[in-house]
Amino acid sequence: MNNRVVITGMGIWSCLGNNLDEVKESLYNGKSGIGMDAERKLWGYRSGLTGIVEKPQLKGILDRRARIGLSEEAEYAYMATLEAMKNAKMEMDWVEKNEVGILYGNDSSAKAVSEAIDTIRLKKDTTLLGSGSIFQSMNCTVTMNLSTIFKLKGINFTISAACASGSHSIGLGYLMIKWGLQKHIICGGAQEVNPFAFGSFDGLSAFSIRESEPKKASRPFDKSRDGLIPSGGAATLILESYESAIERGAPILAEVVGYGFSSNGEHISNSNVDGQIRSLNMALNDANIKPKEVDYINAHATSTPGGDYTEAQAIDSVFSGCNTMVSSTKSMTGHECWMAGASEIVYSTLMMQNSFVAPNINFEEGDEASSKLNIINKTTEKNIDVFLSNSFGFGGTNSSLIIKKIK
Amino acid sequence: MTHEEIIGKINEFLVEEFEVDAAKIQPYANLRETLELDSLDYVDLVVIIESNFGFKVVAEDFIDIQTFQNFYDYVNRKVEEKKASV
Repeated sequence: MNNRVVITGMGIWSCLGNNLDEVKESLYNGKSGIGMDAERKLWGYRSGLTGIVEKPQLKGILDRRARIGLSEEAEYAYMATLEAMKNAKMEMDWVEKNEVGILYGNDSSAKAVSEAIDTIRLKKDTTLLGSGSIFQSMNCTVTMNLSTIFKLKGINFTISAACASGSHSIGLGYLMIKWGLQKHIICGGAQEVNPFAFGSFDGLSAFSIRESEPKKASRPFDKSRDGLIPSGGAATLILESYESAIERGAPILAEVVGYGFSSNGEHISNSNVDGQIRSLNMALNDANIKPKEVDYINAHATSTPGGDYTEAQAIDSVFSGCNTMVSSTKSMTGHECWMAGASEIVYSTLMMQNSFVAPNINFEEGDEASSKLNIINKTTEKNIDVFLSNSFGFGGTNSSLIIKKIK
Repeated sequence: MTHEEIIGKINEFLVEEFEVDAAKIQPYANLRETLELDSLDYVDLVVIIESNFGFKVVAEDFIDIQTFQNFYDYVNRKVEEKKASV
């Protein structure tokens, strides 16, 4: 079975805004969501730079039992999913009567785990953790909570694949629907934003230390880049079979036409050109399109010296001669890690809907590899029929998605 | 802390934490039914009592607590016992 798979709803909660409209404006205006977290410096962080993400106020929206199990990232995911379901015209009574699944990317719940351990050490009594701790602490905190809140009856699990988690969640949701195993799946990615979550990452000297200029610190592909900036929030996409979307009268925002994936089989943290090329080619083959048919590439590029260099080589190899427009929205958002593969589909779909390419801000001068790409550093009006989004993660996990405009 | 102060504090955290309508808190109303407590909620009640009154409730103690009045009396007794042991 080869069902067509479409996106019928999107929702976002990020440092660029708390809904699609706010985020679209930020993308168009090249607005950075990066700032400083003074607390991180007190904790001994090498870099206090972070995406500044607002905390949702859920009291009055969700009852106590629903709220108490939500970790920070699950709160973001709830808000993003609420917006996505509303836009997809998925009412609760319809959801309860149908088999709606959830596949969501998440790879940590460090704050909940750390606070629980601190309480046990202090109180010497596990009962005093309260009932919500376990539901906040597990990696599947998003899927276990949202499946309960939204009364979902389809497939239900979390994808943990480092910084490619969100992208793989969409890829797997696409395959499930394409093969006829599910008709509707809530996909996405969530990422906590707090000092508990990023200490070990900071310890690898992976973060930019351009603390005097937070909004200029994330500069993917630029010659003077000095590291990534951690960020987060959540992004949700409602994937659905084309037939189901037509039957429900749901808005069809775009079609998922290609998913490629690979594993580098090499170093645990260094990226790899060959692995990325295999992922890109697999996605193009799955979508049955030629590289020149891709109008825009939303790069994974996080602003690290090594990672961006590798990706530029991979893109240049596959898209050689195509002059395809490339930008990394991480220049504005920072690296949204487990969420990034999903949020970047939301960002790129917003560009597709509104016919522009958001800028790779702070890109001033390319290095040997990125100079060969058509990197867009100013907002550019552009009709986008097809875009590709890359996501790569520790352990050498690679994911590439291709999305097409419905005509 | 007087008995009245204890009652006031309990009612306050039940309204705040369990989001129950204050008018439904009546001395002889059933605690579990009024607050719609399930097994997980009792765990949270233990945490709230510990943080507000500084003593630990063991699960078996809840068996005899049926009404709000039972609950007030129980907390009052434990607070008095704690005071006496200091």
